[in-house]
This record gives sequence, C-alpha cells and structure tokens, in this order.
Amino acid sequence: MTTVASKRTTLSRAYRDGLAEEMGRDDSIVVLGTDLYERGGHWAQVTNLGQQFGRDRVRNSPISEAAMVAAGVGGAMNGLRPVVDLNFLDFAFGAMDEIVNQAAKVRYWWGRPVPLVVRGTTGFAGGGAQHNNPIESWFCHVPGLLMAYPSTPWDAKGLIKTALRGEDPVIFAMHKMQTGARGEAGGPDDLVPFGQAVIRRPGRDVTIVSYSVMVGKALAAADRLAADGIEAEVIDLRTLMPLDLDLVEESVRRTRTLVVAAEDYRHGGVGAEIAAAMQESLFGELDAPVLRIGAPFAPVPHSPVLLDALTPGADDVERLARQAVKTAAGGRRP
Amino acid sequence: MRAHTNPAEGEDAGIDLSGISPADAREWLARMLLIREFESTAGPLATSGAIPGGMHAATGQEAVAVGITSVLGPEDVAAASHRSHHVALAKGMAPRSVMAELYGKVTGCAGGRGGHMHLADFSVGFDGSNGIVGAGLGIALGAAFAQGYRGDGHCAAGFFGDGGANTGRTWEFVNLAAAWKLPLIVVCENNGYAVETPVNAAMAGESVAARASGFGLPSVQVDGQDVAALHRAAAEAAQRARAGEGPTFIEALTYRHLGHDIGERGQYRTTEEVEWWQTNRDPIARMRAALEKSGDLDEAGFHELAAAATARVKDAVEYAESSPLPDPATVADNVTAVPLKIRGAQ
Repeated sequence: MTTVASKRTTLSRAYRDGLAEEMGRDDSIVVLGTDLYERGGHWAQVTNLGQQFGRDRVRNSPISEAAMVAAGVGGAMNGLRPVVDLNFLDFAFGAMDEIVNQAAKVRYWWGRPVPLVVRGTTGFAGGGAQHNNPIESWFCHVPGLLMAYPSTPWDAKGLIKTALRGEDPVIFAMHKMQTGARGEAGGPDDLVPFGQAVIRRPGRDVTIVSYSVMVGKALAAADRLAADGIEAEVIDLRTLMPLDLDLVEESVRRTRTLVVAAEDYRHGGVGAEIAAAMQESLFGELDAPVLRIGAPFAPVPHSPVLLDALTPGADDVERLARQAVKTAAGGRRP
Repeated sequence: MRAHTNPAEGEDAGIDLSGISPADAREWLARMLLIREFESTAGPLATSGAIPGGMHAATGQEAVAVGITSVLGPEDVAAASHRSHHVALAKGMAPRSVMAELYGKVTGCAGGRGGHMHLADFSVGFDGSNGIVGAGLGIALGAAFAQGYRGDGHCAAGFFGDGGANTGRTWEFVNLAAAWKLPLIVVCENNGYAVETPVNAAMAGESVAARASGFGLPSVQVDGQDVAALHRAAAEAAQRARAGEGPTFIEALTYRHLGHDIGERGQYRTTEEVEWWQTNRDPIARMRAALEKSGDLDEAGFHELAAAATARVKDAVEYAESSPLPDPATVADNVTAVPLKIRGAQ
C-alpha cells in the first residue's frame, strides 16, 4: 500500500473522498437517497458532494426505499453505477425484495453485471430498536451480494473505490460509533480488495477475529492481555462477503486458539460460520474450543444501562480470550 | 371498483385501423399468433412435466404486449411480470431461447437457472420477467432512470397486473417516475383477477387509472383487447417520454383465457364469462376481422401467418428438447464476479 497521499481523516470523510474521487473519474456514478444534497446525509457521508457534482448526480429522493433501490438495480443493469444511500441500514427492510430478490439474482440468471452500492450506517448506538439492528449477517446469507464493513478510514475509502469499479451489488455498512473514527486514508489509487482480511496486531497465543467497531475493542483487549504476557493476534475481516477464512485459518494454525468477536447477535451470525469452518478444518489442531463474543438475543433497548448490557465490549473480548488461553494451556499435551 | 366481468358487452368489437399501415397491422397479428401458439404449445408440455415448474400463460392478453412494444426499439427497455411470455416474445426474444429456458436447458436465456418467470435478453431490450408482483415495474423504473440521466431519448415500459396495482411498491415507483419525470411507460394489465381474487373484491376506488392520476401523470384506460388502441396510447406515451415530459400510466382492460397457472381448476369465474371474452373479445380474432374488413388480409394470408407461427414454435420445441441440460457441477458458478471462496460447497 502506498502512503504518499495519505492523511489523517475520519471514516465518514474518507468514504466521501473515495466516492468523490470515483465520481470524478466515472460519470456513470450517481448517488441517491434522502437528505443528501443539502444536508450531506445523516452521517456527513456525502458532505458537499451535491455542490461538487450537482443535483443530477447527488439526488434527494422521496422516503421510498423500494423505489430508490429499484431505481438503483434497474439503473445498474442499464449502464449506471448507482450508490443508494439509505442513511440507516435498517431502512433496507423497505427494499429487501429489491436487494435480495432482484439485485442479487441478476448475474446468476443472465450474467448481467449489477454494479450497485447500497450504503447504510448501522451498529449499536442510542436511538432504540428500529435504527440499530445488526443485520450484516442477513446479507451474508444471500448468494449474489458482497458485504463490506470497514473499521478504518483507509478501508472505508479503499473499499468504496473497489466497489465502484466492480460488477457486483455491494452492501456497504459503516458503524455509527465510527463515523468520526480517525486514521490515515489512502490516495486515489489505493484500492482495498474485497475478501482480504488483515492482521491488525500479530500475536502467538490466541487469534481474535473481528470486524468493524469490534476491531478497536479487540485491540484494546490485546493491550491488556499483553500486560500479562498473553500475545493476541487481532484480525480485521474488512469484508464479510467474501469472508477471508484462509487468513483466519493460517493464523489459528499458529495460535491454536480462536476467539470470534462480533457485535452482531452471537446466535446464528457470521461469527458462527467462522467458528464452524475452523473446527471443520482445524479440529485436531485446536487447543481450546472456539469461543464467540456477540450480543445477547434481544432487540436494541433504549435505556443506556440496557444498551450497555447488550453491547459487547473490550472486557468481554479480554475475558473470553483469557478463558481460551487458559483452557489451551491446561489441555496442551506435552 | 366495479367487477371486471364483461365490461364491454354490447359495445362494438370492431378495431379502428385508421392511420395504421396494413404492413404494421399484419406484423402485430403475426406476433400475437406467435405468442398464442407458443403458449398453446408450452402449456400442455408444462402440464405433462416436460417443462418443469409450471407456467403462467398470458393467452388472451397478447394485444397488450404487442401494442405497447410496437412503439419500442431494441434500445428501449421493457420489464414485466410473472406472466410475460407475451412481452418477452413481443419485445423480440427468440422463441428458441425462451422455450429452452422453460425446459431448463443450458441454451435457455438464463442457462436453465431462471425458468419461465426469469426471461431476459438485453440485446433486444427485454430486462426480465419477474416472479415478484410489481417488481418488474421497478426494473423498468431503473432503466428509465438511466435513460433519463443520459438523456438518450430512449424509454422503458414496465408491466404489472391488477394484483400489482395493490402493492405499495408500485406506487412508490409511479411517484418517483413522476417526481423525476422519468421516461417510463407504466402498463397495468388489468385482467380482472389477482390469481383468484376479483378486482371488485380487492380494490377500492374507481379504477387503476383513476388511482394513478393522483400521482400527477397522464393516465388512461384502454381496451386491452384492441392492439391498435394500445399502439396509439403507447405511441403518445413514448413520445412524451422521449421528449423528457415524464411518465404515462396506461391501464389496459384485458382478460386471461386460462387459469392463473397451467392446470388450474378454479371456481372463481363462470364458464359463460370466460367464453364471452374468448368469443367476443379475442384480440387475435378481432384484429383478423379488422384486416379482412379493410381488405388487407384474406383467409390464405391469415393461414400463412398462422403457419409461420406454428413452424417457429415447433422449431423452438425441437431446439429445446435437443439442447443439453446444464452441468450440475456449475450450480454455484457465476454467483458474483468477485470469487466468494465459500467453503464446503460440495
């Protein structure tokens, strides 16, 4: 990765910059959604893009998710590269048929590219049950969709650029608590490929697989573990579809211990697939059962005390990593 | 909404061909004959199981597809419903490609991956039939969005039924097309029944067209068994669309001669009603009569057109039957352009 043009920025701004760069080089890219032109979106994700590219390319739409996404799907089948910005990813429920039954199937039937991006902000935060649903795993259960969920400005920019040069429908998720997350972002040519996880911190004792907001929590846990001489390896998946199980497997072969850390419901999510895949591949090489961190199975509550009880934290990651390492040490054969 | 039973009873069944060239009229008749022959042949094949998965025949509704698409070129787009062999063929899809898809053969338009509700050929501007009620209009909306953005003078037609006129999404699409002045022709094929539910039991308001007019676009109700009337309405709509004046809504009052799906034994309409439409408002018989009356077609000429349709469909069946099946090993191929690296596929 080159860093010549890199600079400190935020995740939202990096996404916007990546989108702007691609809009500058490809006039088939059109952004549509509510409150985009003047407001710049509800997460500052398209600030000033309206002024830069005009109302034809940054379109305020009615609150009609089915129509927005349908316009995106049909547009993508006919030469456009639409970015449908739902603001909240929860609003995809109003367009689920267009995403799942239309966009995802077109290539399988007819080989026709559907270069559509559906962007939404997601993840646990205040605001209650209808604006904070963790639904990344839903989309990963639909053949035909890609799913990006970056944790850094660099990846937000690099992944949106890749999405806008590809042929597949992409669900592009950004976490609410990371809108202002700061870090370096790449230059115009720094694309991040889909399906390539990255090791954020190397370590020999336990592998912690995470994505999005949980990467930071896993790194915080790793710092605390290191104080006690436990070296955790932290993997950031970056995209959930494709899912880079190869890197996870390579890491777990070394550490022989795996903890999966997601904010998503623990029950039935992408984390469960990772755990199942690793025990299939590495059963004889694991020194401890694969442990998983995820949310309790309940709607997202309003009261901060309850929300805190729902949200997986660095403490949870630390606790389960210690447990896994302890089991591994106890069970390791001489 | 009033019942759809025999609304035209007592009215003149004649078709006005003024302003339409005999060559065009004969061509439309030929297309309707092809569609009728195609479905009359495919239906029993679906019942017998040679064609897997059943099918929805549009027999009786041919004029809607032919009349609307008569004003569209290959750069213009059409997208339609679960019942749309007629639109696919009228838009120019090859009968071979459609029949092979029904058979689930690798030579079908979707390589056997789609079936009769997932027909498409982008080279002729047919962007797909659709198994989800109302969804085909959304694809056409998107095509019109792209055409409008480019300002290329092309337009798109989206078809759905009276059933689709009761889905919320349909009206989201109509509103967006009207608000953004997209070059879209919205076509409601009102055949009177959403599967077995008659429109008068399921739909409030005076008519679908009246409902649409509330969205601020020109909205007309047309005799759906009169290909010339449909052509005129579509020509006006296409002209508006191409000029950047926005969408038009066309409600075509039509009737399906057969059940919702092949093999249906419904009790929801009377034999008398079905026979009345078949006898008095068959779009093919009406067009034939009009051409014979104007002296532009004789009996031999009609049989020539019918024989050509029969030959093309016979060829399509032979092609489909002799085509290879897809390779089962390809079942998870080409799901996305990016390799997914899914484990444990076998």
